[in-house]
Amino acid sequence: MRLLRYPGMIVSILLLAVTALAVIAPALLAPYDPYESVGTMRLAPPSWEHLFGTDHLARDVFSRVIYGARLSLSAAGLAVVAGVTLGAVIGLVTGYLRGVVDAVVMRFVDVVIAIPGILLALIVVASLGFGPVAVGLGVGLGTSGAFARVMRAQVIRVRAEEYIEAARTLGGRGPTILVRHVLPNAARPIIAMAALELALAILAVSALSFLGFGAQPPAPEWGALVSAGRDFVATAPWLSILPGLVILAVVLAVNRIARYVGGER
Amino acid sequence: MTSVPLLTVRGLRVDYTTPKGTTAALRGVDLDVDRGEVVAVVGESGSGKSTIAHALVRLLPEEATIAGGDIRFDDVDVMSLSQRALRRVRGARIGFVPQDPSHSLNPVLRIGEQIAEVVRRHLGLTPPAAAARAVEILDEVGVPDPAQRARQYPHELSGGLRQRVLIGIAWACNPELVIADEPTSALDATVQRHVLDRMQAMRAAHGTSVLLVTHDLGVAADRADRIVVVNKGEIVERGASAEVLADPQHEYTRRLVAAAPGLRSRRLEPSGGASRAVTEASEPFLRVRGLSKTYGSTGSPIVAADDLEFSIDRGTTFAIVGESGSGKSTTARMIARIVESDAGTITFDGADITRLRGTALRQLRRRLQVVYQNPFGSLDPRMTIGAIIDEPLRAFGMGSRGERASTVRDLMADVRLDPALAARRPAQLSGGQRQRVAIARALALRPEMIILDEPVSALDVSVQEQVLQLLVDLQAEHALTYLFISHDLGVIRQISDEVAVMRRGVILEQGSAESVFAAPQHDYTRDLLSAIPGGGVAAG
Repeated sequence: MRLLRYPGMIVSILLLAVTALAVIAPALLAPYDPYESVGTMRLAPPSWEHLFGTDHLARDVFSRVIYGARLSLSAAGLAVVAGVTLGAVIGLVTGYLRGVVDAVVMRFVDVVIAIPGILLALIVVASLGFGPVAVGLGVGLGTSGAFARVMRAQVIRVRAEEYIEAARTLGGRGPTILVRHVLPNAARPIIAMAALELALAILAVSALSFLGFGAQPPAPEWGALVSAGRDFVATAPWLSILPGLVILAVVLAVNRIARYVGGER
Repeated sequence: MTSVPLLTVRGLRVDYTTPKGTTAALRGVDLDVDRGEVVAVVGESGSGKSTIAHALVRLLPEEATIAGGDIRFDDVDVMSLSQRALRRVRGARIGFVPQDPSHSLNPVLRIGEQIAEVVRRHLGLTPPAAAARAVEILDEVGVPDPAQRARQYPHELSGGLRQRVLIGIAWACNPELVIADEPTSALDATVQRHVLDRMQAMRAAHGTSVLLVTHDLGVAADRADRIVVVNKGEIVERGASAEVLADPQHEYTRRLVAAAPGLRSRRLEPSGGASRAVTEASEPFLRVRGLSKTYGSTGSPIVAADDLEFSIDRGTTFAIVGESGSGKSTTARMIARIVESDAGTITFDGADITRLRGTALRQLRRRLQVVYQNPFGSLDPRMTIGAIIDEPLRAFGMGSRGERASTVRDLMADVRLDPALAARRPAQLSGGQRQRVAIARALALRPEMIILDEPVSALDVSVQEQVLQLLVDLQAEHALTYLFISHDLGVIRQISDEVAVMRRGVILEQGSAESVFAAPQHDYTRDLLSAIPGGGVAAG
């Protein structure tokens, strides 16, 4: 297979496969229960028994990271799905209709883009209440502006193609043409961009959880795990560093694959 | 004449490497160009003729490699030159005229600067001297107001002028050889003639050798001393132009000569003995009265159609011929009700369709269909051929899924397409096959009239002929009425009953095809007729 020529891709795919397994069936990977103390060893340093050490309640941090994958990644996934859906719908409609609708809606999109994503997410979390769903939606709203822009540009390009006019002369109706011809031909850059955006969403979700807006204790979540280790940075730095490295590794792996999807080798 | 040719190519082989494997684009090409000689390399798309042109100056795309052979230019071994030395040869001693004038000039640089850049680099002129030389060059290639044009950007020039600029760049350093890769195939016939005239004048003035790559046998016949015919990466025939055309030896050359529209002059008859049923109806099937359209209301309006009047009888072909900007496509699009007309009426089978809207307009689509020029652009690249042909059936709910599938198979058989292609996508088909798909799709609703907007101008000549024959056969089978738009009088002669000649939105003359071709009334029509390449040779 041609993929094998890119070692970075192999590592990324393996890492994401393990991560996916952690999301689907964390019990298969985690050596311990993420919520229960595993003895009296508090703040134990990493060892073969406890790969990432134990926290202040003597829970196995490695198991908590494994279980945390589900919360972190589903919130990030929700963010991307929400962002793509909202952005694609706005882009499709404005790009196809143009005129006043386009002019007005795109100004709102400009406003969304102008507000820093994290701030926008905080506004959503503040109005919906704390939790991973609110965080996901908030991050998604922040990215929807960029998706709308890209989608609109693609739709405008595709709309000018001759096969769109041909579809109209063949008796096709507007909405049919939009779904059958415009959407499939405009979607490709959006898909590549969504993959890239997933990496950023993982970071954003982790950041919000770190600040305490996401999953609430004792639920394990990557950003929250880093945050929980903060109080012990001087005595037990691995509590923050190791989960942080996991976030970093997954983000880089997603990014690598996204670039491959986007045509970069 | 010296005994050593200026350019000698021996056993040139070029391979293209794709993920699917290696294909040979050139399989051992031998070619000589003498000093001051014009050699035409003729072939259809995919024959490897452009690969020859690019390989000579080692400007091949990344996936192509020169697998073997020997290229000597004025006793310099081109194959062994360093990139640095090559750059000194390109532009200075070998000029290159590219195919597409709209993409070959840098859009953000003024014309004059682009010419000056070449002479600065190769002749070492100072910037002011180079700028002055650029104006001289523009004058030499026949660009009017050269000093003023030199300050303009490429988009401000017409295609013909842009191609003259490119010719000027190719000749800027007084090269010994100019390679022209389809220099005029993107241009109108009359413009093509002027550009080719200009090239010939440049060649005569400078004694340059020219390697002219073209798909058009007529152009080659008119302009070249010798012709080399390429097919599938091999030279199948070579010889003096007149001899090759008068007495082609190879079977492929014979096919090319037979198919070249400029070289023959008869209307195609339905194959299989079917005769065309032209009913003598009292009322014309389509009637256009006072049809007008102006683009751009403020500033300088462009009149695309000015008070057009014509009518088409059922079962006949009415052709509109004109060059780019004549308004012929706009006219077709107004009748197809894609573009709104400003004034006038269009009557289709007795009913006024000028202002139809909504459902009535949609129902009209069942009776009036369109086939576009570009079979690459008019088919959705993401759909399968089957789905594309099925689309109008689906849109009008014609039968169940199974019934539609069998209709699609019938339609593919109608246009002589292998039904096995139904699962393919447009990119996997040849240009001719794609145009057949577009025709099948237009036929799906069993229309009474089809508007054909340059349906064969994107196709190779031999494919052109096959598609035209198909159109003639279908017309006989289904009693179709055609409105046929083309810039190519040769093609029009093969298919039309009535012809209208259009220029700048006005119909200059119209009449039966025989009378327009035999006794053109308007100077412009005569100009168009004489611009058909190869016309002189065909008479002999």
